[in-house]
Amino acid sequence: MQQLSYFELVGFGPNGWGWALLTAAGMTIAVATCGFLVGSVVGTFVAWAKVGGNMIVRSIADGYTTVLRGIPDLLVIYLFYFGGSAALGAIGSLFGAEGFIGVPAFVTGALAIGIISGAYQAEVFRGAYQVVNRGEIEAARSVGMHRWLMFRRIIAPQVLRYAIPGLGNTWQLVLKESALISVTGLVELLRQSHIAAGSTRRPFDFYLTAAVLYLLITWVSTYLFQRAETHSMRGIRRAS
Amino acid sequence: MDFTFMKDTFFSLMSGVPLTLNLAFTSVAFGAVFAMILALMRMSGVRVLDAIAQAYVFVFRGTPLLVQIFLIYYGLGQFRPTLQELGLWSFFREPYWCAVLALTLNTAAYASEIIRGGLQSVPHQQVEAARACGMSGFLLFRRIIFPIAVRQALPAYGSEIILMVKATSLASIITMMEVTGIAAKLISQTFRAVEVFIVAGLIYLIINFIITRIIMAIEWWLSPHLRRPPAVEPRLEAAHV
Repeated sequence: MQQLSYFELVGFGPNGWGWALLTAAGMTIAVATCGFLVGSVVGTFVAWAKVGGNMIVRSIADGYTTVLRGIPDLLVIYLFYFGGSAALGAIGSLFGAEGFIGVPAFVTGALAIGIISGAYQAEVFRGAYQVVNRGEIEAARSVGMHRWLMFRRIIAPQVLRYAIPGLGNTWQLVLKESALISVTGLVELLRQSHIAAGSTRRPFDFYLTAAVLYLLITWVSTYLFQRAETHSMRGIRRAS
Repeated sequence: MDFTFMKDTFFSLMSGVPLTLNLAFTSVAFGAVFAMILALMRMSGVRVLDAIAQAYVFVFRGTPLLVQIFLIYYGLGQFRPTLQELGLWSFFREPYWCAVLALTLNTAAYASEIIRGGLQSVPHQQVEAARACGMSGFLLFRRIIFPIAVRQALPAYGSEIILMVKATSLASIITMMEVTGIAAKLISQTFRAVEVFIVAGLIYLIINFIITRIIMAIEWWLSPHLRRPPAVEPRLEAAHV
């Protein structure tokens, strides 16, 4: 068999892996986005616990962010992958189901990424909250806003504005972390490249292509976050 | 929770600690040298060198470390005959060296930005004062710029070292049996993910805690000018008379 050229290999022809790689890149974006959103929810609650909780709640929140930022992400993914199946198996056996119940790799991945990035996002949100002018919160309270209304109208929009740069960094982390999900067998970009490399014996070509696709995603998302930042800051006067 | 199991797990995981530390410190050491070169390239003012360093940082910070590891460990296998001819194959055949290489290249990209930030934060007055005393070139760099830059960059460099300790866990994917590698093996043998996770996590936390303390101690040592002068010791001789 003759050697395929690089572009035939990663192209969209009959022997090309182009579509498979693009689909896998879509999967990478999907799992990273879901994980990031889970992390935003977790991060919001943890940040809330840090700024508003009593001593016990606060120390739990501090412990969470310290631990999750101090241990390797791969360990957390293993915990969710193996531990999740074990937990589901235990719950399943209560209802009479037998044997091994696998958690879908996508769910494991999104949850693991969410729990990890939640720790980072909590710090981002906490930092952004501290920049919000105290006077605004007092003003909101003085016009009789309740907690939820104040959160929705006053705190959330402003925190989000100041959090965008930090969230951008966290998103980059999440995107790169999503490559680790490949160990659970989810066919995302790295896994697909691994498969393609194995079946064509052209590992360098495929991992290089994966790297280029990752760079492309990073580059586009950096641009989008920059746009979002300028957009959100349009009402703020800056000394320049 | 089964404490005897956790104790056994702790001892088997501890056997991976030397490799974890070895990977982390080898790559941080090589990475620091390389990062210094990159930072100097960025600040050299030569446009070509600056562009090369910038592209390097962009590529290595924009792609996942695992992709870089695979590219080196599996990817370079595609060029095996060429590498064999050059006599480099024995290097790229070893997962240890591939992991060290990938970690080094990766940390160099991040660290070069930290070092550049440190170098740029050196106040101009200090450099001018040094020039006024007649220092220039390497002497100026060694005595004035470098110490001030290190002091500035140390906290950020500390977190980079912690990140590297965490990153060594990826070496387990290319068969290195460091802490995470052993943990994964234990989990798949015993299916007791939670216990193994707790013990392995604890080991990493202890390592990172110790490193943070060491960095803090170095920071303290490097900034005597920020400390309060020691209280004057009361003269004790008189009491002994």
